[in-house]
Order: sequence, then C-alpha cells, then structure tokens
Amino acid sequence: MTASSELRTEQFRALFDPSGVVVAGASTHPGKFGFVALHNILANGYAGRVFATNRDASPVLGIDTVPGLEDLPDGQADLVFVCTPAATNPDVLRAAAAKGIKAAFLASAGYGEAGEEGLRAQLELVALADDLGMLIVGPNGQGVVSTPSSLCAQIVAPYPPSGRIGVASQSGNFVSSFMNYACASGVGISRAVSAGNAAMVGVTDFLGFYADDPATDVALAYVEGINDGRRFFREVSEVAERMPVVLVKGGATSGGQRAAASHTGSLATDDRVFDGMCRQAGVIRARSIEEAYELAASFATQPAPKGNKVAVVTTAGGWGVVTADAIAGTDLDLLALPDDLVTALDAELPPRWSRNNPIDLAGGETKDTIPTVLEIVARHPDVDAVVLLGMGIQSNQGRMEEEGPFFPDFGLERIAAYHDRQDERYTTVASQLSDELGKPVLVATELAVTFPGNAAVRGTAAAGKLCYPSSNRAVSALARMWEHARWRQRRGL
Amino acid sequence: MSTDDRSTGLAPGTHTLSEAESKALLAQHGVPMPAEQVVADADGAAEAAEVIGYPVVAKLCGDGIAHKTERGLVRLGLGDAAAVRAAATDLLAAATPDDGDVGVLVAPMLRGNRELIAGLADDPQFGMTVVLGIGGIFTEALADVSIRLVPIERVDAEEMIDELRTQALLGAFRGEPAVDRERLADVLLGLSRAAIATPELVSADVNPLIVVDGVPIAVDALVEVRDLAEVAR
Repeated sequence: MTASSELRTEQFRALFDPSGVVVAGASTHPGKFGFVALHNILANGYAGRVFATNRDASPVLGIDTVPGLEDLPDGQADLVFVCTPAATNPDVLRAAAAKGIKAAFLASAGYGEAGEEGLRAQLELVALADDLGMLIVGPNGQGVVSTPSSLCAQIVAPYPPSGRIGVASQSGNFVSSFMNYACASGVGISRAVSAGNAAMVGVTDFLGFYADDPATDVALAYVEGINDGRRFFREVSEVAERMPVVLVKGGATSGGQRAAASHTGSLATDDRVFDGMCRQAGVIRARSIEEAYELAASFATQPAPKGNKVAVVTTAGGWGVVTADAIAGTDLDLLALPDDLVTALDAELPPRWSRNNPIDLAGGETKDTIPTVLEIVARHPDVDAVVLLGMGIQSNQGRMEEEGPFFPDFGLERIAAYHDRQDERYTTVASQLSDELGKPVLVATELAVTFPGNAAVRGTAAAGKLCYPSSNRAVSALARMWEHARWRQRRGL
Repeated sequence: MSTDDRSTGLAPGTHTLSEAESKALLAQHGVPMPAEQVVADADGAAEAAEVIGYPVVAKLCGDGIAHKTERGLVRLGLGDAAAVRAAATDLLAAATPDDGDVGVLVAPMLRGNRELIAGLADDPQFGMTVVLGIGGIFTEALADVSIRLVPIERVDAEEMIDELRTQALLGAFRGEPAVDRERLADVLLGLSRAAIATPELVSADVNPLIVVDGVPIAVDALVEVRDLAEVAR
C-alpha cells in the first residue's frame, strides 16, 4: 500500500516545486479559505501556472475559473490545493489524478478530527490516493510554503523570506509562528508544511525529504502525538545524521505516571524517555517555540563549532561579565587568552583594555579598532567561537540625534551617518569572518528587538545571520551547537 | 524506595525473579556482581563466607521473597563463621511456606559512599529503555537520571554518564577514587544486552549500584519477567 520511496520523492517534489497549482474550491467570498489560498498563491510571486475551480465558474481575483478539474488542460499542474467540502473530495482526487496531478494538499476539515465518520472518510481517501498514486497532505492542514518556487499555498499569513530552514509541524499555527520569526529576524525558510491530520504522511516523512533536499540545511519540527515511538526514533535518527533537526514537543508533561514495578521504572517518566530518545538520535530538542526557531536559525547560519573555547569581544563591560557567567553555566569554556593573542591585542588597544577574556575594549576604539581586534581574535587557532557584544550603541545615539531638534545641524548628520556605517560594517565583518573561517561568530544586542532598524542589526541581517537579542541567548544557542557538534564528533560523523 | 512499591507496582501477568536469579541473568550479560553464593544451610553459609572473605552479608533468598528488609531477612556485617552460622540458621527458620524454595545468599559486605541506580524500563511508546541515575535516599528528590532506548552503543552509555547533573559525585569523592566510567558504561551495555537477549524481560532494577573504590557493583538486583503463558500469547 505504501508508496515506494522513489514515488514518494516525486510526489514531494510535486508538492514543493510544482510547475502548476490548482486551487479546488476557489471562492469569491474573501472570508473563505478557497479565496485566501488563491490570494496567497497569486500575491507572493509564484511563477508557475495557477488554475482554480469554482462551482459557478465565477472569476476569482481576476482569474477565470472552471467548474471542475475535468475542465482543465492535461499535464499543466502537479499540485492541487483542496478547499472543497469533504464529501466531494474523492471526485476531486480522481479528476486531479486524471490530469496528471501528483500531490494534493487538503485544507478541508471534517475528517479524522471530527469523529468516527470523519476518520472513516479519511481512511477511504488515503486508500483512494494510494490507488491513484497521489500524495495527500493533511487533511485539515494549513498549507505548504516553498520559497525556491515562491509558493505560498496556505490559508494564513505570512510568507517568509527564503532561507535554509525546512519546517514540518503537527500544528499549522506553529508553522505560522516559525515563519513570523523568520520575517522578523530575516533568517529564512526553504520549505514549510503543516501535516494536519497526517492521514498519509507525517512530520518524519517531511523531514526525510528535507534531509535530501538541496534547498534545506536544517529541519525544524513541532510534534505532539507520536503513534509509533520506535518508528519515530528510527526515522528521525536517519535525518539527524544528515542534517541538524531541531524539535519542539507539545504535551511534554501530560503523560501520567504509569504503574512501575521497579524503582528505575518510576524514574523513567514519559518526558525523560522522550528527552533521552532525542539525545540518542542526535535531535536538538527545544523547550519553546522561540528557542526552537533561534536554534534552527543558528544552525542554518553559523558553522558548527569545532571546539568549546569561546572568546567574548565587547565594548560594554557589563555585558561581558554577564556573558562570562552565562558561559560558566554551559559546557562551553571561556578561553584563557594565550600570550600571543594578548600581545597582538596590546598593539591595537589602549593599556586599560581588560587583557583578559571577555575582551573588553574599554572604550578605546578608533575607526578600525573593532574590525581589527575581531579579526585577530577570530583568526587565532585557539578560538573556536566568538561572541560579539556592544555593537549598535553609537548608531542608537545617532538615531536619537536624527530624531532630535538639532538634526541635521551642528555636524549631526555627518556623525550619525558615520556611526551607521561603522556599526553596519562591524557586524558585516563579523559575518564575513564567520563564513571565511568556518567558526561561529555570534552578534548579540537587545537592539535586535528594541530598535531592529539599528545599523548593527541591519548589518547582521543583511549578511543573512541572526542578531541575538541578548548574549545569554547567543550563549545558549552556541552551547547547543557545541553539544550537537560533539555528538557528531563522537560518532565520527 | 521500599520493597512494597515493587510488589504493588507489578504489571499483571508478570512476576519477579529471586535476587540470585536476577543477578545471574544480568551477570550473564556483563553486569558486574559481587562474588556471592546461594547455599542451603548454615554450614554451607560458613564455607561460602570463608571463600568470600569477611565481613559478609547474609540474606534469605527465594522466588516469593520481595520484602527482605521489612521482614528482617537481611543480616549485615557478619565478621566470623559463628556469626554467619547463627544468621543463616535464623534466616532459614524465618522462611514461610509462601516463600517457596529458599536458600541463604552470602555476599561480601561492600562499602562505598556513593550509590547509583541502573536498570531497564519498558516505555509504552518507545519500548525498552536503559536508565542510569544517582541512587541513595535522595533518588526521587534529585531525579538525576539519563535514559536511552535499547539497544545502546558505548558512545550512548558514555553520554548517559556525562548527562547526569551531579557530576561532582562521579569524580574523586571523600577519599574514594573517581568512578571508573568505562566500567559504569559496561553496566549499561550489559543491561542493554540483557534486554535484547531476554524478550520476556519487563523491567530490571539494579539498586543500589554501589561504587566500591571507584568500581560500580550491583549489590541488589530485581528482574521482572512476563509469565510464561503471557510470553506464549
């Protein structure tokens, strides 16, 4: 019954990179899913052919529609986005298959989530799709997004910037949440799909596709219920060997205590078993949605650390101290500065610099100090990763001047522009060094959320990297990256 | 944890093996056990003690016995043959018909400041798991435990040990050397092998796993298995 892996891969390609899409059940009413789905496909630049069916063949959003799929030309579409009522869907699938369509995303509700009768209809639909050689995603799903094809086939916003993160979720809302974080941070998405009722394919099936997908570097998943734990473990392990898998699980603590004959049994609670399973599989488990996104964005935009020695470079003393504390609470190590590095930095900095890690520049910067120091530190072979703090302070002052009553006089225009250029340059250099050296260089400042227009934040985002909203969050992301790197090292991966 | 929890927590259709049988099963797969013997009478106990070396522990041992401590069926720190004989005689006299076939288990009196707990637990979703935790009276309060799915590789066992939060307890401690991590990994690998080789196994409890001069040794063990009728089903 189950499709061969070759067929499945072909079906997934039809889902994520279709040459044409049909919206079945397009509506003229802007409040209906059948309208919104068509709107989102048309509004976000999908370059393939777009068709729509409407019972009355009324034009929708300026597109001519046909009453049914049988009225469409053959072989012009690979994906049908189904918004029609459950009762008509078997006919929709048959007609779609007859036109050469290989994948159906079902937004329609009224299936497994709606009781026994719905479940029966769902099972029948899967059997039919199997017979037709079609993939069903959903039903009761929110949609599919694929930035390589500029495809936004979903019944909710947003459409994210393109990037390297592949999302698969048992909750449609969390697909939106992850994509909202992508919009805010600029660290983008390759593919995103909500599994809905997962009648035919579930989260691990999508992860399996992402593992071989050239557009995707990191998998990000949300799961709640797992039917077959062993199968989940096996499938997720295979993916995790090939790419980082960041996973957040809902209902982590809902499992009740079960009767346990042994003492060890009473210690092995549901959540601890799940946690151990993740560690064994090399899955990076996140405790919250925002942490999950931040970790996925870190894996997607920073190289894996080769060791745990961290250098902290800061223009703000307090942040340096707090960051050292944060590092002490992880498996990361605050590098004791080697003599040659101290000597090299002595040549660039005034005598009052910290001469210690965190490397506190102590306000002694001239025009090129920060990029020079950053480069010396990042290039040093003992340094495995760098956390850069205190960027954007000058351009934040520039913003106040720009908004104040004296601008642009008294030299304010010139100085504000200078600080903007400098701060953007600093964080751009940080990204370039990271890419060139294959070492994580993380930029952290609260300006990322307080004044996201800040030049330091812009410079980080323009380089495609995440600007961490605090050094603590940068350190915890780096610690998880190191944990995963070590997991791979220990297995010779 | 009291031994009461063990009996009340038994899943239907299962039973526990005696301490000696439990230990034999796990030892077969490489879980380190003390050199100990099960004997039939007081003379046998004294002979065993001579071989093992004093001081020794004597316990009444049998399939039906799961409440040794509560029933006073454990005698600690027996320093000579006379003490061993007296203890064995007492223990055998305390046996009831419900206990079935009984013997006296004579084991070395092992001392260590650190207790770990290890075992196997069957998870309804993920199946058989290997469990390692910090043992002793604060086991529940600390809940410092790491878990993996059977089977595990050595690297998994090493990571289980690294994952425990109370790492200070695994280093040199109160005049005792650091825990031998390789030997501790051997315990976990042995448990994993035992689970694979014993399909009827439902749970295993190695508690305590005492650290003696840095080496973990299973001082007590309890294995729960499915009844034969259940296995056949």
